[in-house]
Amino acid sequence: MKHQALPPEFSVIRNEDKCIQCQACVRQCGFDVHQYDAVKDKVCANEEKCVNCQRCVMICPTNALAITTNPNQYRTNSHWNAVHLQNISRQAATGGVILTGMGNDKPMPSYFDRILINASQVSNPSIDPLREPMELRTYLGAKPDQLKVSSENGEIKLAEPLSPQVRIETPILFSAISYGAISFEVCETLARAATNLGTLYNTGEGGLHRDLYQYKENTIVQVASGRYGVNHEYLNAGRIVEIKIGQGAKPGIGGHLPGEKITKSISETRMIPEGTDAISPAPHHDIYSIEDLRQLIYNLKEATRYQKPVSVKISAVHNIAAIASGVARAGADIIAIDGFRGGTGAAPMAIRDHVGIPIELALAVVDQRLRDEKIRNRVSLIAAGGFRSSADVIKAIALGADAVYVATAPLIAIGCRLCQKCYTGKCSWGICTQDPYKTKRVNPDLAAERVHNLIHGWSHEIKEMMGGMGINSIESLRGNRSHLQGVGMSEKELKMLGIKHAGEAI
Amino acid sequence: MKKVYTNPKHCVNCHLCKVYCVAAHSSSKDVLKAYKEEGLKDTARIIVEETKPISCAVQCRHCDEPKCVASCISGAMRKDPTTGIVYCDTSRCVGCLTCVVACSHGAVQPGPDGKALKCDLCRNLSEPACVANCPNGAIAFLEKEEK
Repeated sequence: MKHQALPPEFSVIRNEDKCIQCQACVRQCGFDVHQYDAVKDKVCANEEKCVNCQRCVMICPTNALAITTNPNQYRTNSHWNAVHLQNISRQAATGGVILTGMGNDKPMPSYFDRILINASQVSNPSIDPLREPMELRTYLGAKPDQLKVSSENGEIKLAEPLSPQVRIETPILFSAISYGAISFEVCETLARAATNLGTLYNTGEGGLHRDLYQYKENTIVQVASGRYGVNHEYLNAGRIVEIKIGQGAKPGIGGHLPGEKITKSISETRMIPEGTDAISPAPHHDIYSIEDLRQLIYNLKEATRYQKPVSVKISAVHNIAAIASGVARAGADIIAIDGFRGGTGAAPMAIRDHVGIPIELALAVVDQRLRDEKIRNRVSLIAAGGFRSSADVIKAIALGADAVYVATAPLIAIGCRLCQKCYTGKCSWGICTQDPYKTKRVNPDLAAERVHNLIHGWSHEIKEMMGGMGINSIESLRGNRSHLQGVGMSEKELKMLGIKHAGEAI
Repeated sequence: MKKVYTNPKHCVNCHLCKVYCVAAHSSSKDVLKAYKEEGLKDTARIIVEETKPISCAVQCRHCDEPKCVASCISGAMRKDPTTGIVYCDTSRCVGCLTCVVACSHGAVQPGPDGKALKCDLCRNLSEPACVANCPNGAIAFLEKEEK
């Protein structure tokens, strides 16, 4: 029925004076929007399919294209917006669950945007990072309650061995994105960028491709509920083993990689038959308590001969402080907390947009709880979920994080335009697809350099801001909330974050 | 000599090499003017071969003993003795297209004006336009030992 069809979300505006009919847009669109009419010698557009991924806009050699929101929309009002109406219409037609990609895009308060950073003035001079050493090096892993040393023949030694520590040169790591969700080329890009930066990337739950074992010194291997690609060699390949309990974009639910994405190479990496759906259950079927989690943590430690820290990734949910305390007591060396802005390749929109809590609050309460319980040293905290800039990173570290996970930002550096159609597998940018015609679009030589540049720039900015605060080591900033002040927040919000209002005396 | 090589692993089949090839050989050196005012559409000297999902931009190999030069009846097709670049002096080309038939690589094409059209490695530029403008770094200008 025509009156029940969806109006196109976007309009494709082609400046005919500029279009040279080179058809680059036709060849690059992943959604078959642009078509060439040989009779008229004109390129036309099927706007109904357009997702505004901007690939055509970028590739057009004459800047003849622009994509805008279609003015001919549903009749919306301030309560019923276009997304609601569109979803209702789509569900009325299909009866299905509305899927989406990326992180929560709703206008929820961003606490990062209401936190301001301190700087030194007269009495505590600032430091110039270009002239003086500035330390971003971070060690991830459990720290002892106290350091016991012994002295033999005047030589001082550690009396007890330390838990395994992993050194990273900047407190920014790449979060878990599995091979299968993204292409091999993007996995390779992140692995190479992490290697050049002296930090780590995360395999996600899809196993580790044979060709990426060469980057193992910069790899976090993940063990999720589906246990895809997990074997002895895999566990021992990474520097850190991470148990994925939850994901910020979809707390409480699992994952589903459709069979059509399970190519030969992915099936080998995941150790499942080609073409079968890869379903990650919502819970780990062997974890129903903190004691069960402890058992898996120690199974993994045993399998890696206690040489690798074990991380547990949990999503930021309502009772996060108590959960994190339990995870720390279960023996985790690292806790990664993924906030509600965390990204995904596919999640039900209802869950992505409404489940979970902001990472800023989760991080602050977890850090405080672990300190109150005097177990903060037992774990490193990694914060994740929607970090957009170096300022977000530095605020997270001052709120108590040891390091942060970023994934959306490097994907944007590679080309992602946040069209949120990752779940379709049609990504025009060749990132979230397994179509060999499109995966070529990410050239790891160029992309790894772009990701490297991004994190290098952020790291430099972090050093500049630390210098401004008069701090020369990231260690001194961690959990140092006196360097943060809030604006436009209630007493309760400030108390949860453990910071003062802007202007208050320290 | 330095030649153009395309890595099919990175060629994304956008055909922008052809667009910039046309612009580089126009009098305006501008994409829009070359296509819209000078009428140079279909005069690209680079060819994109495609069998999905693979694509690869190919052009003249600038042979050591070019058959096109040997076969040319008017002396238009030449090999520059210093640079090694094989190019067509269109003022001398009579459009017999013997070179098109003679080339074993299919690198010489008949142009819309009836004359021979082939890659000249943008001999007036420091780097060929296809190499400089490839959006995915697939086309390189390299000195390489050829088998």
